[in-house]
Amino acid sequence: METFTRAVRSDCLKMIHSAKSGHPGGACSCVDILAVLYKKVLNVPLEWDKAVNFKERDRFILSKGHASTALYATLAHCGYFSTELLSGFRKLGSKLQGHPSSRTKLPGIEVSTGSLGQGLSIGVGIALALRLDNIKSKVFVLMGDGEMQEGSVWEGLMNANSKKLDNLVVIIDKNNLQIDGSIDDVKTLEPLDEKLKAFGFDVYEIDGHNYEQIETTLLEAKKSNKLTAIIANTVKGKGVSFMENNASWHGKAPNDDELKKALEELNAK
Amino acid sequence: MLSKTQVVASPRNCYGETLVELGAKNPDIVVLDADLSCSTQTCKFAKAYPERFFNCGIAEQDMMATAAGLAYGGKIVFASTFAMFATARCLDQIRNTICYSKLNVKIVATHGGITVGEDGASHQALEDISYMRSIPDMKVIIPADCIEVCEVIKYAANTSGPMYIRIPRTNLKQIFDPEKYKFNPSAGVKLRDGKDITIVSNGETLYEVLEAAKMLHEVGIEADVLHYPVVKPFHHIALKESAMKTKKVVVVENHSIIGGLGSAVCESLSQYAPSKVYRIGTKDTFGQSGEQRQLMEFYGLTDKKIYEKIIKFMDVR
Repeated sequence: METFTRAVRSDCLKMIHSAKSGHPGGACSCVDILAVLYKKVLNVPLEWDKAVNFKERDRFILSKGHASTALYATLAHCGYFSTELLSGFRKLGSKLQGHPSSRTKLPGIEVSTGSLGQGLSIGVGIALALRLDNIKSKVFVLMGDGEMQEGSVWEGLMNANSKKLDNLVVIIDKNNLQIDGSIDDVKTLEPLDEKLKAFGFDVYEIDGHNYEQIETTLLEAKKSNKLTAIIANTVKGKGVSFMENNASWHGKAPNDDELKKALEELNAK
Repeated sequence: MLSKTQVVASPRNCYGETLVELGAKNPDIVVLDADLSCSTQTCKFAKAYPERFFNCGIAEQDMMATAAGLAYGGKIVFASTFAMFATARCLDQIRNTICYSKLNVKIVATHGGITVGEDGASHQALEDISYMRSIPDMKVIIPADCIEVCEVIKYAANTSGPMYIRIPRTNLKQIFDPEKYKFNPSAGVKLRDGKDITIVSNGETLYEVLEAAKMLHEVGIEADVLHYPVVKPFHHIALKESAMKTKKVVVVENHSIIGGLGSAVCESLSQYAPSKVYRIGTKDTFGQSGEQRQLMEFYGLTDKKIYEKIIKFMDVR
């Protein structure tokens, strides 16, 4: 797992460096969660043409679409598409758009995201459709904590509870930072766990960089027939010392020196 | 194609009944509402198929993104509320989630236009067509009577992709002969033949236009009347042919003159048959409270007002 996430983080930074833009901080914070999801939890066939016709597959929505590099690199390293495509990130004509687009037919992308606060409600809709069709698979939505400031997220949480969904798992990549600084300074979400409980969710709180904890909790959530939210405490920019817990790395590309230093650090571990 | 009988019916009732009819045939049809199901008449579907009806509460953004998810899950989704709340409130969800992912969501918005009446400006959507028309892959349809409402809803259920269908609060006078009417999604429809002026309309103003055309005939002005229920994609041929003949075009709509049918006509004519165009609608203004007919008259949308405006327009030329 360590080798896998090291490769994914390295590719995230290389892609952003090559595109001269992107979102390293929020990508690195969710790499470990994505790795465990795709390698241990989600039932999604590797051949995407087959997967889309396989109704029993689990559905994954990256609501925090700006972490697209983490998803793209995870999908590529799992084998959904060639890692060679990664270098096209954010470039004209590429399937790897700045934020995930279902229009480009990139294997693994269920729906387009990027405008924050919508993934949860999309997940609620998919979960309702699965229930109508009596399909037992699960819908996993990965949100950023910052995007929970969008009011529509709370509309979605209310709806999930109101419709008594038992096939939806919400994961919150809680890195405590947003573009303008600390979430607590900008507009606090606390007490997040109590709020989610009050909205009818079965709430887990985990270390979002501890593979074992992530795996155990996600597998438990997958089996559970309760509406589940997992607060994953993470570090923005995880893995690169000068990016860690630094909001200025939310949406900035590393220069040549910074990339070199970051890759040395990642590979030294 | 035109009706010989004078029947008045509620387009919202027709919508609700058509949903029930479609729901019986197709188990994939699901309906969403945002706490206005009695007004939009989706309550009929809710009663018939409660397991396929989802009330999202007073939360339009959530409703549109949930609709997107259901559509992605293979459902044919109808999502309804008032035109004011079905567009502006959740524009981002419609653009970035429904249309960008090209999902099979039919937004059927009731209470479009000034004829919402007494509720006033906060509830009178006069810009909704403008918003919807500008989003890639969104089809925009405004039926003119209840016969057409039923056919358009059936067309929507059988046609994949995002669609915005606007129906008014008002009861509509029957225009079309149910025996002969067929909805054509890919052409403007000529309803009256004349050489002097082209009048383009849709929705509840179409009836007024047809009446105005009769009044014009009385004074020797023969109008070509074109019905354009499909505002987007805009099919230019009928309009081009008519404008090349008459050289004068009037557009009448229950919407702002900015961004709606009038704008679509101007965009098309500027390319295919440059003509002088007079747009009748609300003029960059908010609406106000009043009775439906009073408001129609105040904003110049009744048959008589349309007639008077056209006479003036012809004089100016």
